[in-house]
Amino acid sequence: MAKIKGNIVIDTEKCKGCELCIASCPSKVIDAAKELNEKGYHYAYPAKHEQCTGCANCAIVCPDGVITVYKAKI
Amino acid sequence: MEETCNMQEIVKPENLVYKKSSLLLDKTFTYCPGCGHGTVTRILAELIEELGLQKQTVGVSPVGCSVLLYAFMDIDFQQAAHGRAPAVATGIKRLLPDRFVFTYQGDGDLAAIGTSETIHACNRGENILIIYINNGIYGMTGGQMAPTTIPGMKSSTSPRGRNVQTMGYPLKITDIAATLPGTYYVTRQSVHTPAAVRKTKKAMRRAMEYQSLNRGLCFIEIVSNCPSGWKMTPVESIKWMEENMLPYYPLGDLKTPAGENTNQ
Ligand SMILES: Cc1ncc(C[n+]2csc(CCOP(=O)(O)OP(=O)(O)O)c2C)c(N)n1
Ligand code: SF4
Ligand code: SF4
Ligand code: SF4
Repeated sequence: MAKIKGNIVIDTEKCKGCELCIASCPSKVIDAAKELNEKGYHYAYPAKHEQCTGCANCAIVCPDGVITVYKAKI
Repeated sequence: MEETCNMQEIVKPENLVYKKSSLLLDKTFTYCPGCGHGTVTRILAELIEELGLQKQTVGVSPVGCSVLLYAFMDIDFQQAAHGRAPAVATGIKRLLPDRFVFTYQGDGDLAAIGTSETIHACNRGENILIIYINNGIYGMTGGQMAPTTIPGMKSSTSPRGRNVQTMGYPLKITDIAATLPGTYYVTRQSVHTPAAVRKTKKAMRRAMEYQSLNRGLCFIEIVSNCPSGWKMTPVESIKWMEENMLPYYPLGDLKTPAGENTNQ
């Protein structure tokens, strides 16, 4: 049966590690990296991207516009 | 492994659901992490793009962190002296009546030094849009008390919290704007959750569409956070805002065009 699956791409170098996307994701996809980016932030990354539904909540609250969202039937 | 392949396959242009507006220049916003200014900047750019207004838009920047907006968006901008953005926008709109003219101002700019310009532009019914970001303090200069600082709220100049006996009461300037005959649409929104951002975008789209009718001033307050000035993490600041700012500044429409109910 076809399933709706989502996925996100985060521009980790431009992410400021505010974690608002983490708080807004209903599917607990995103986590803060242990490593730092060039700017010194614990950037967000889709730790469990297989759980993503493509709802775009994370991208809509991201103050820096660094999340791109995709969705497909597979 | 198969799962991973599928996941990567989803990332294709035809499956795109959301990407930032192409009106935003390829720069990192210089707002602090988690600041609502970024979210509003983003949705404003999306709307100008979606409504095809890029060439006819003129933004007027204030003084404060809100000024930074002009560096990120590919539209015409004019900067005004502190608090004077509605007066400058008045001049631009009267000389170039076919333009969509908006101001983007913080609470220190709009409700302290610029109170007079704000109220009179509203009262004259200038055909401009005012976007007003209320984070309850002066962000850029280090978190000083603003007219909008809520009772008991700590700031760098009210370290024990705002005492209304000695420091006066917060100014709900949006409520005042709604009572003036020159305003056409007045609303208070926020951008702290996905649902709130969607509502704000709807309200802002409405205001931009109303603006093209030239029936008066549209005024949008956005209750926002200033994690740096409030000395909180972004996630803490959102929670604090919800629990403390929103009861004082309740969200929703304050004035809608006669006969229309746009309260969401
Ligand atoms: C005439 C004048 N007075 C004072 C200042 C100092 N000043 C710069 S930004 C600012 C306050 C801005 O606060 P707000 O409008 O709330 O914007 P935010 O930084 O919170 O976005 C002040 C008082 C100035 N630049 N010009
Ligand atoms: S698109 Fe929705 S499910 Fe996917 S990471 Fe973002 S918030 Fe989570
Ligand atoms: S909301 Fe945006 S800037 Fe903040 S952590 Fe998530 S991706 Fe990074
Ligand atoms: S000082 Fe406050 S208002 Fe200014 S960018 Fe930082 S968080 Fe935002």
